[in-house]
This record gives sequence, C-alpha cells and structure tokens, in this order.
Amino acid sequence: MAEYAVELRNVWKRFPGPGGEVVTAVKNVSLQIYDGEFFALLGPSGCGKTTSLRMIAGFELPSEGEIFIHGRPMGKTPPYQRPVNTVFQSYALFPHMTIGENVAFGLQMKGVDKKEIARRVAEALAMVRLSGYEKRKPKQLSGGQQQRVALARALVNRPEVLLLDEPLGALDLKLRKEMQLELKRLQREVGITFIFVTHDQEEALTMSDRIAVMEGGVALQVGTANEIYEHPNCRFVADFIGETNFLEGKVAEIDTDKARVDLPGGISLWAHTPQRVSVGQAVTVTVRPEKMHIRPNATDVNQVTGYVTDIVYIGTDTHYGVVLNGGQTIRVREQNYSAESRLLAREGEEVCVRFSIEAARVLTE
Amino acid sequence: MSAKKQSPWLALISILVYFFLYAPIIVLIIFSFNASRTNVVFEGVVNQGPCGPFYWYCELFRNRSVMDATRNTLIIAFTSTVVSTIIGTMAALALQRYDFFGKKVSETTLYFPIVTPEIVMGIGILVFFSAVFGWINTALALAPSQRLTMGLGTVIVSHIAFSIPFVTLVVRARLHGFDDRLEEAAMDLGADEFTTFRKITLPLIAPGVLAGAMLAFTLSLDDFIITFFTTGPGATTLPIYVYGLLRRIVTPELNALSTIWVFVVLIVVAISQWFQRRE
Amino acid sequence: MIQQIRENRRLQGLLLILPAMFVMVMLLVIPLTLTVITSFGQRDADGNVIYTFTLENYWRLLGFTEQGWDDLYLRILLRSLWLAVQTTVIVILMAYPLAYFIARSPEKRRNFLLFLVLVPLWTNFVIRIYAWVMILRSQGVLNSTLGAIAGLLNVPFQPLDLYPSQTAVLIGMVYEFLPFMILPIYTSLEKIEPSLYEAAADLYANAFRTFWRVTVPLSMPGIVAGTILTFIPVIGTFVVSDILGGRQVILVGNLVQRQFLDARNPPFGAAASIILLVMTLVFTLYYTRRFGLREEIAAG
Repeated sequence: MAEYAVELRNVWKRFPGPGGEVVTAVKNVSLQIYDGEFFALLGPSGCGKTTSLRMIAGFELPSEGEIFIHGRPMGKTPPYQRPVNTVFQSYALFPHMTIGENVAFGLQMKGVDKKEIARRVAEALAMVRLSGYEKRKPKQLSGGQQQRVALARALVNRPEVLLLDEPLGALDLKLRKEMQLELKRLQREVGITFIFVTHDQEEALTMSDRIAVMEGGVALQVGTANEIYEHPNCRFVADFIGETNFLEGKVAEIDTDKARVDLPGGISLWAHTPQRVSVGQAVTVTVRPEKMHIRPNATDVNQVTGYVTDIVYIGTDTHYGVVLNGGQTIRVREQNYSAESRLLAREGEEVCVRFSIEAARVLTE
Repeated sequence: MSAKKQSPWLALISILVYFFLYAPIIVLIIFSFNASRTNVVFEGVVNQGPCGPFYWYCELFRNRSVMDATRNTLIIAFTSTVVSTIIGTMAALALQRYDFFGKKVSETTLYFPIVTPEIVMGIGILVFFSAVFGWINTALALAPSQRLTMGLGTVIVSHIAFSIPFVTLVVRARLHGFDDRLEEAAMDLGADEFTTFRKITLPLIAPGVLAGAMLAFTLSLDDFIITFFTTGPGATTLPIYVYGLLRRIVTPELNALSTIWVFVVLIVVAISQWFQRRE
Repeated sequence: MIQQIRENRRLQGLLLILPAMFVMVMLLVIPLTLTVITSFGQRDADGNVIYTFTLENYWRLLGFTEQGWDDLYLRILLRSLWLAVQTTVIVILMAYPLAYFIARSPEKRRNFLLFLVLVPLWTNFVIRIYAWVMILRSQGVLNSTLGAIAGLLNVPFQPLDLYPSQTAVLIGMVYEFLPFMILPIYTSLEKIEPSLYEAAADLYANAFRTFWRVTVPLSMPGIVAGTILTFIPVIGTFVVSDILGGRQVILVGNLVQRQFLDARNPPFGAAASIILLVMTLVFTLYYTRRFGLREEIAAG
C-alpha cells in the first residue's frame, strides 16, 4: 500500500486560554491525505483547521498524537527541517528583499549553488507567470501578484507537500475566481499534494479532490465534494455545505435502508437511512432544494403540501419558499428551463412539493 | 511580534541593562538620606531637626536659590511650550496640507535644529544676541541698568526656537492619518473655515498637539546646553544651578532635589497617562 | 483681505508657516551665518571680534599653525569623533538585546517595560551625571562595594581609578543615550510582521539565520534613528566631559565653550563650532543616504 502524503493520527492540540483555562483547538483528529491530492480543510472560524495546518508545518506541536509526512513521524521537528512549505494568508514576503531574493531564500538556506538558484528562481517565476519581476520589491506589486510570489517562493523548494492558509481570502471576487483555477492548474502541473485551509465552501467544492469538514476541533466528515454534498453525515455538514432543508420528525417505520418519518401536520415521507435508527426516534430529514420539485414528476414518491410564501427569481433558477402543513418551512429550487418567464406557482398559492426517497436523508445528529 | 518563549540569556542581559539604567537613580535616592554633609561616603541615615530623615528635603525648601531656579525653570518651560506649540502646530498644518513657494526650503530650515548639535545652536544664539544687544546698547546709549543683556527673555526665546521643530514633527505625524473629508463634511453642513477648524480639526489633532506640547515641555525643562549659553543673571534654571553646585560643595540637598524631581515627573507622567486612557 | 486669504491656499500655507520661519531665521539662520562670519574673523586684545576674512582659525584647528604643525586641536576633533563612535557601538550592543526582549514580551507587559526605560530620562541630565560621579569616584559606591566584597573574600583590593577619566566620560555618555537607542530599535522591531518569522522558518532558516537575514535588516531603520539621536549630541557634548573627565578630557564641545567663555576668542570658538556642525552634517547625510529613511527618523 502506498503511504499517505500526510497523515494525522489521533492528534490533539490544547492551548492555555485567556482566562487561564485550557482551550482544546483540535480534538482527536485523524486524517489521511493521498499523494498528489488537492485536499481542503474546510470549516468556520475557530474550527481547528488552521491549527491543524500549522501542526503539519511545524509551527505548533501536537499535545497528543502524531503527524506523519510520507510515512515519517515528524515528532518535534522544527519547521525548517520539514519537507513542507507554506503559503501564508498575509503572503509574508520579506519587505526588505527583492522578489528574486524572496523566492531564492529557501534555496539559499539549503546551500544550493548560485547558478542553480538563479535558474530555479526564473523557472518558479515563470510558472506563476511573473517572469522578469526578480528585481522588484514586494510593495511594488499588487495583492494578486504578491500571492503568486508567495506561491513561487514555496514551490521553488520542491516540497513534498504544499500548505496554503486561506490563500485567496484577501483577493477580490474576480481575482479569487481566477486564482482558484490557477492554483488547480499549478497543482496538476507540479503534481504534489496541496493542502489548503478555507472557510469558503464554494471554493473548497470547486478546487478540491477531497474535503475534510471541521467544526469545534473535530473532523466531521472527509470525502469528495460529491460525497459531502449529497451524503452529509450530520446536520452541521449538511447545513454548512450549500443550502439544505431540514425537516424534523419521528421515525414511524423502518424498511432495511429506508425509513418512514412522520412530520407534524400529518405529513409522512420516506427517506434514506445510512445510520441505524429505531422506531419513535426523533430525527432530522435533509433534502437539497434543487432535489425538490413543484413540477409533477412520476418517480418522486414523497409528496408534501403547503403554500408559497415568497418567490425569488435569480435568472438561472427560481426559489420558492413554502410553508408546509404543520408549520415547517422549506425552499424549493427550480431551474428555469424555458425562455419564457413562467412561474410554477404564485405567492399564497397551495402547492404540492415532490422529491424522491434518495434525495431525502435521515440524520440523527 | 508574538510573545514566545524567551531565551533565559536574553532575560538576563535585559535585567543587567535595566540595572545599569537604574543604579545611579537608586544611589541618588539613597544618598539623599545621608547623614554625612560632604556626601562622599554613606554614613547612615540623617536624623536632624524637625524633618528627621527628610532633613535635606526641608533644607531644600529653605534654599532661596533653589526656589528661584525652580520658579525660573517652570516659567521658561510653560512660556516656551505654549508659544512653540502654537507656532509648531501652525507649521505642521502648513507643511502637511498646503503647497506654497519655498516649501522645501522651509521644511529643511525647520528641521535643521534636530540635526544640529546643541552647542552650535547655543553659541550661534549667543553670538547673535551679543551682537544685537551690543549695537542697540551703543546706538541708544543706554545706561548700564537699562542695557539689554542675556536673561530670561533670551532663554525663553531660544527654548521656543529648539522646540518648534519637535512639535512640528510630532503634530505632522499625527496629521498623516487625518481624513480631509471630515472637514469637507463640516463645510457641507454649513460651517465656515474657522468654525470647522475649531470644532472638527482641532479636537481631532488635539492628542498630537498635546504630545508635541509635552515633548516641548520636557525638552525645555531638561535643557542645559542651550540654556547655558543664553542665560544671564537672574535667569538661572535648575539644570544650570545644579551644574554650578557641582563645581563647589555638594551636599545631600542635591540628592533630595534629584529625588523630588524624579517623583514629580513620575506623577506628571502618571496623570497624563491616566488622561490618555480616558479618551 | 480675509476673503483673499480664504481663496488663496498658497497664501494660507505661507501665513501658517510664517511665524515658525521667522523664529528659525532669527534664531538659527542668522546666528549660524553670524557664527560663520565670526569664524573668519580675528580677536582683538579685549576679546572682541574684528570682522575680516581670514582662514587662520580653521588652519589652526586642522593643525597648520604659524608655529608649524600642531595637532592639538586636530586630536581634540578626532577624540570627539572616536568617543561618538565608541558610544554608539556600545549603546547599540546594549540596547538591541533589551529592545528585542521587550518586543517579544507579552503585550500587557510591554508598556510597563518601556516606561521603565523612559523613567531615567525624566530625571535631569546634569543630575544623572552627578550620580555617576558618586558611583565612580575613588571612595564612591562602586569602589566601596567592590572593596566590601574583596574584604569578604579576603582578596587584596586596589580601588579603581575611574573618576575623573576618559572611561568615566564614556560610561556617562553610554548611560545618557541608552534610552534613545532602545526606543527606536523597539519601535522598528515591533513593526515586523510576525508571519515573517514563520515564513523564514518555513524556508529552512533556523533561529540564528532568521535573526541575521530577517530581524536585523528590518530593524535597521530603528538602529539608524537611534544612531543619529546618539552620535550628534555625543560629538557636541561638553558637560559630560567636563564633569566626569575633570578638566583633562577635552572634546570639541569643551573647546568651543572655553574659547568663547574663558579664552575670549570668539572667532576661534566659532570656527570650532562650524567644524563641529560640518562633521555632524556629513555624518548625517552619509548615514541616512546609506541606511535609512527620513520617515523612520520622524517616527523615532
């Protein structure tokens, strides 16, 4: 079996808090990251993703547990002895050095000879499309350019793993979109593992091969974008990624991997049940808005009725807010197939919303 | 910089440096209680007269020369601070926000005293006033008692001169972050230039102006060299007085003076810090 | 007229700077010019100035007197320069560790530590020098303490003859200017973005190399500011050398003072003064051009 590029094994990290108490930033996290992957650590502020990244880099040491890079335990190895490089959120370019000197820094520390350094620096700058910028100073460059220099400075050292800490946070929307594609392209070209930290779920979904969703110091779910989106394993993940509808009810009947859930107001629906549940258990059913339809559809077993509270037209889709009998609210997203603007229902109108069993998932937490 | 674990060597060196900084002051304070009049060796705590261990402190207050010198020092400091702060603030405003003929030259001239050794400036002013007074005295044929000489006036004027650059510097640094649009907003709402200045600009630059004033005050209070060359009879300041004493007999009275000086300054600084915290 | 002023911004600017310019011209430009003029003059029997044009004062200072080569004054100039260099170097060596220590301390403690550095500055400068007299003289605190320790250890003790001496002057100067170096160095250290240290470590630099390649270069503005605040006053000092050096240590400042007040030779004193000014200007221009930025001096 090929070894993992990076592995975290039962890693804990505790900090002394401001009032003297202990803050646990990372709780028993175990992750395996494959070679050549574009891996994202995704979660809200304070979830432990940045701390985990810093532990891989060596700026923090785990309180418990071990970190392996290509099978080698890192122990207490300081950052300057680890085969990883980091792209910092603030870029951290040395202001008193030129771009060329910045990019050359790591190579100089390693004792690479001057000719080789010059060659590799030129190569690295070409890779980020900043050829010829060697003599400029960081403050002469725009934010996007500085970020690319930070990338070049890290990649020129040919690390085994590249770590990126919220690299696109400081850029404006258009630049961010460009850089997302750029990073993806770079990673394919260079072929090494990229691990990046972000709180932007759309970014993670766009760029990554696999994502680890973190919250409260715990890695809630690890999987591909599709897995996480379509099969969230808990309420937080379902809520954090994309838009979701939550319906609360009780299990009434179980049939192997399906369950019938009764909602208040006399509504019943069948949902996919990946976990074991028992009859009478209070559960949440999640359904993505785009999987719900106001249009009639023969294969949709589930039908719930309610009336429309608001309609939002976004060009590509139309969103309908619906209040179900029983009081729970949902949002339905219908694509606008036809060029004619034609609403499927009007405000206040009663509708029947349908969705399939596969589209509904039962969550116990 | 984030707080990291400190190397113990660094902490040790730092403590030694602090010790070096404070040793003389501690010696000063201790010896202000010296029983020995000649103040060479510490011969135990003095206990004389109604003030007991604070004998020398009380003697200080009965010393006419010291009281005069203190009064002069304070008069000079206050006057020069007020004038230099006003003039310096005006100059800072001029340099920071206006363009005018000869701006570069003005700026250089204004900042020149900062890189001039005090003695050069002091000598220069002495030469200047000597010449000017000499001509005036001869031209108007003034009687000896009416002749213009170096004194309180010349000292105040020279203090103003060396304080202005520092005030300008400090106020300018503060003006740097000033948002012009605040003034535009005020004028848009009907305030004319003077009202805008009074109600908007001035309150906002006040901390900078205050900082400049404090700097000017400190510089004046502590000044020796320029005062040395521009002073005259009846205008002795504390530093000059102390210098004079050092050439003669030094009693622990001087230590008492020093100690009081330290504590007064500490209290003043503490008060100003308290004020700053309130804003 | 008010209307004219209101409309013309140039005029406003000029008016605002007028008082300052007036003071500066009267008390700086004219006096300096007068000093220069005087330096080209000669003295008469009473010590008054005869305004002629002669370079003899300058020649004398540089060693070329009528009696042949006399480097007395040249040595004074060099001694002052050397003292300034020694003081600056020692002060940097002492100030940097302390500034570094403060910059790395937790935020809450930093203000207090800085305050501690400033307190000695607020005592009077002449008084501080007097304190060193008390410490350094033959029966002073230092010798008494060392003698007591020697007595305890049963070791023979020879009191250090530090006062008056050139060493005492050096000690006094270092003491005077230490805070003026600590503060600017601290300010520039404090401005260094913390992630730069991590970036250096990430790029394979250990603590020592990070210090030399990142920390020191980025704190140069502070060092430059501190050097200027130290070097210039030290060159021109006369009080410290007077008090701590007895009458034996003579620097340019003492020379100027004596020529003006004791020897009543204003032209000669003026020439010395101008040479001092020139030395200072040359140093400042060279140093700032080579290392520093003007804004940093302003910040210091």
